[in-house]
Amino acid sequence: MIDTAVDILSWMLLFLGGAFVIIGGLGALRLPNFYTRLHAASLTETMATILIFAGMILQAGLSLAALKLAAIMLFLLLTAPTASYALANAALQSGMRPEARNRDETL
Amino acid sequence: MIILFGLFLLSLLVITALAIVRTENLFVAVMLTSIFSLLMAANFFVLDAADVALTEAAVGAGITTVIFLSALALTAESEKTVQTGKRMALVVVAVLATLIIYATFDKPRLGDPEAPVHQHLAPWYLENTPVYMDFPNVVTAILGSFRGYDTLGEVFVVFAACIGVLFILGVKPPEGRIYDPHASGLRHHLIPQVVGRLLIPFVVLFGLYVQFHGEYGPGGGFQAGALIASGVILYALLEGEAAALRALPQPVLMGLVIGGACLYGAVGLLCMLLGGNFLEYSVLSSNTVSGQQLGILLIEAGVGMAVCGALLSIFHAFAARPRRL
Repeated sequence: MIDTAVDILSWMLLFLGGAFVIIGGLGALRLPNFYTRLHAASLTETMATILIFAGMILQAGLSLAALKLAAIMLFLLLTAPTASYALANAALQSGMRPEARNRDETL
Repeated sequence: MIILFGLFLLSLLVITALAIVRTENLFVAVMLTSIFSLLMAANFFVLDAADVALTEAAVGAGITTVIFLSALALTAESEKTVQTGKRMALVVVAVLATLIIYATFDKPRLGDPEAPVHQHLAPWYLENTPVYMDFPNVVTAILGSFRGYDTLGEVFVVFAACIGVLFILGVKPPEGRIYDPHASGLRHHLIPQVVGRLLIPFVVLFGLYVQFHGEYGPGGGFQAGALIASGVILYALLEGEAAALRALPQPVLMGLVIGGACLYGAVGLLCMLLGGNFLEYSVLSSNTVSGQQLGILLIEAGVGMAVCGALLSIFHAFAARPRRL
């Protein structure tokens, strides 16, 4: 009984994480400029990482594999946003200004 | 399921390879080569070759990309367009591709136990590794001991490559283009700095784990050398060239390269002095099994030192050149 519940929960998390990866990928392809695309891509590396790894940890159960998965998740959660930050920072420093418009203008 | 995954990875490999050929921006090409290596590593892992996958991920996707990027900082960013000889190249590629595809018809199926490669020496290695070495990783046993000559040759190839790069890039830059090692680094960027400092000890620790755990899990000297070198390169990127060279000065790096290669050779000669053949580790200890283990540990240390020193020397040789203005 509890096994089935854990299984269902883990698959829900995995599917949700997969959905976030697809949304992030679509956004990285379709959004209009560099910073918005980076925003979409960084969605995959935080939200999707947490969801997919939580799902995989539930699949692994209480074992060494779960601990390893948690360590990998921590590593990814530290490095991937840093890489995004470095990318955005490099773009800003090389003179690529975000197109920030006032809301009144667009209305 | 594995077949499906393999097909997915292989088609991604083909797409990436085509993209590398098509792109004219070298920066994009370098990034794509890194992705190609990562996909290749995943492919090796699907084929249960964990040692090769680890090497490919550490060297191909990691260090090579950094060295390519350092080289790119010295040259132009886009490819020179070549117009002549395109038809000739197409003919050559077509003929070669036909030949290779024709050759694959004779290939045994994936994982076929009747394939010649699984009939000849592999069963002997699998049977005798527990007898002679008493540890589970057959790959390390083959690389370190059964085919120790080949690995010795590889270490000297790394050594020669390092010397070659240093001969070409070690010359003095032209007058007026002085490189200031203190100017590089990301000292003023807080977030990469903090995260990098947090990660470097773990990267080096993992490198040491891979080095000394090679007999029991995937890994060994090559992978460990590349991992430790990548930790130091991360330090150099964050703190600047000068700080990295202060931590591991050039003479130390050269000492690692030469010392590693010499350590490997010295172990071989020691075996001869103790009455065995060259690289016959069984004579190193009173017990043949512990002799083999000791010998493999020593030569893996030599491999790790040589690889780490060579990769870092090559990185510094590239990074120390003045940037294109």
